[in-house]
Amino acid sequence: MITNALIIPIASCLLNMAISMVFAKDIRYQKISTLIGLGVFLLSSLYVFSLVAEHTRVVAYLGSWRAPFGISLVADRLSALMLLVTGLMGLLVGIYSLFDFDGVGDSVAFYPSFHALLLGVSGAFLTGDMFNLYVWFEVMLLASFVLLTLTKSKHCLEGALKYVSLNLVSSAIFLSALGILYSVCQSLNMADLYQRLSLVEAEQPYLILIMAFMFLVSFGIKAGLFPLFFWLPASYHTPPTAVTAIFSALLTKVGVYCLFRVFINVFPANDTIYTVVLVLACLTMILGVLGAVSKFEVRKILSFHIISQIGYLVLGLGLLLSNDYEIAVAAVAASIFYMIHNIFAKTSLFLVGGAIKAKTSTNELASLGSMIKLSPFLAVLFLISAFSLAGIPPFSGFWAKLNTVFVSVQGEFWLVAFLALAASILTLLSMMKIWNEVFWKKNDEVEILEIAKKNRLFLYSPIIVLAVLLIVVGLQPSYLYDYSKQAAKDLLDRQAYVEAVAPIGKPSITHSAESSEGELTISSVLEKITQYLY
Amino acid sequence: MFWLMAIIVGCLFTGAVYLLQRRSSVKLIFGLLLLGHACSLLIFVSSDFAKSAPPIIKHTQSLPTNSADPVPQALILTAIVISFAVQAFVAVLFKVNYKAIKTDDIDEMRSTES
Repeated sequence: MITNALIIPIASCLLNMAISMVFAKDIRYQKISTLIGLGVFLLSSLYVFSLVAEHTRVVAYLGSWRAPFGISLVADRLSALMLLVTGLMGLLVGIYSLFDFDGVGDSVAFYPSFHALLLGVSGAFLTGDMFNLYVWFEVMLLASFVLLTLTKSKHCLEGALKYVSLNLVSSAIFLSALGILYSVCQSLNMADLYQRLSLVEAEQPYLILIMAFMFLVSFGIKAGLFPLFFWLPASYHTPPTAVTAIFSALLTKVGVYCLFRVFINVFPANDTIYTVVLVLACLTMILGVLGAVSKFEVRKILSFHIISQIGYLVLGLGLLLSNDYEIAVAAVAASIFYMIHNIFAKTSLFLVGGAIKAKTSTNELASLGSMIKLSPFLAVLFLISAFSLAGIPPFSGFWAKLNTVFVSVQGEFWLVAFLALAASILTLLSMMKIWNEVFWKKNDEVEILEIAKKNRLFLYSPIIVLAVLLIVVGLQPSYLYDYSKQAAKDLLDRQAYVEAVAPIGKPSITHSAESSEGELTISSVLEKITQYLY
Repeated sequence: MFWLMAIIVGCLFTGAVYLLQRRSSVKLIFGLLLLGHACSLLIFVSSDFAKSAPPIIKHTQSLPTNSADPVPQALILTAIVISFAVQAFVAVLFKVNYKAIKTDDIDEMRSTES
């Protein structure tokens, strides 16, 4: 279906940003307008979700320029689901940020940057154009730079330096890859690129590989894949809790989403890429969780868990290596299910970590303890999300892990299944470490700060909602699983995606005609280099 | 001309990578600046820049064969604007950073990693 309705979530974020800037003088109005705005954003993403549920794929040609000429927005089941979760997380973390314990809520720049972050994320989920994806990435990055440096403390600035530099390098690689992609294909529309790249692949398979690996490195840095994750544990634990929570919920997941979108819908299926992704995913799983076991601060442990979980998410892409269509669908479906579960569990854990900090003003394991007596309710909330992350029934993590392991066994990737199980035991170990040190251990020196009654609502309600979601998904996983499976089928049906976007004009390779005339183009040079290398 | 541009792009990338690996944070900024320029120039080279006629015609005419492709130029313009904004932010960030930490040696900024 073609409709301009897809612009509504993006426009509502942009409007929220503008409104919260207008109210920069008065924090109360800013808070009220943010709450209303986030509600509108959630409703608009729900509307897109319902449109997609009805029509499978919804396309918007901006400025009525038909693909591949203008920028087109495309929503299929995966992007609609991600958009809906973005809206939900935006609202929950927005509510949490109203409780201003460590200076976030009072900083004038917080709410505009928060909306800008949501704008970038929802744009990246909806776009059907590669260069536009780059632009949304930059919107998201700039907003996250500002959020990261809001408090201007020494730790934040140091963390930000590493975060900013490595993400800029990733953007540069992305941009260079786009340049090469355009010179080879003369197009930037994803559906159009798929057709053209399939033609190019037949002639110059190595050229495709070079571009694919540039994209893999660039998205790998954003997602936090194994050799590229060092910015994440250096920076994620430094900013205020609300910021870390929204980062952990959305930023790395955008990287994972782009890996799926680009390597399924843009690049033709390629076993070399899938093999590399599979190996990297396994290494990420294990090394991330080992990092978590070695840390002694709540938010540092959780930061390393993000990396480990990214491994599980990307695993689905690597398992496409199996040529069986059923297994491919199940693998991608498991990843989508895992992604949603992980967003809920991770955000909830970071919010619990923030609540612990708000009550005791520290997150160091050594100086915490006795919280089960002092705050039993928080202990229950922590247990729900920690058990869910580790994969213990009846919470959502159990089904997420079960699906992943089941698919790897089905595809006869025995080592992968073993590593996934080993990583989840280590996850449980590090979760128990937090439990023992923070809640169980007896420590008489811990002092509890009293939290005002009206703030208690803002502090606890998002965590409670997330805990309920984790239990509901855990008790009734079939709704989410069926949806993920349908989304995976849609994602893998590459031809239908092309037909829905319907780029006009027949794709042909112009550069091969030119190079036969003896003229030097960048692709012919690259081809020579690759021939030489191989 | 093509070879010259290719060598320039290569030099820019090399210089950028070299500067990024230095310990001084000022050199890190310059590395990021060069990296931005290298990418812009790479996109420029990737279009066939020997064709230089403006691609603007009356609706009755057909496009001349040596007309330039406007898309890469639009891409570069966007990339320049974005990288300018980001680099301005980075320069300020590094200055604030220097004030807070009192050193520009990146190796000494390890407090967030242990």
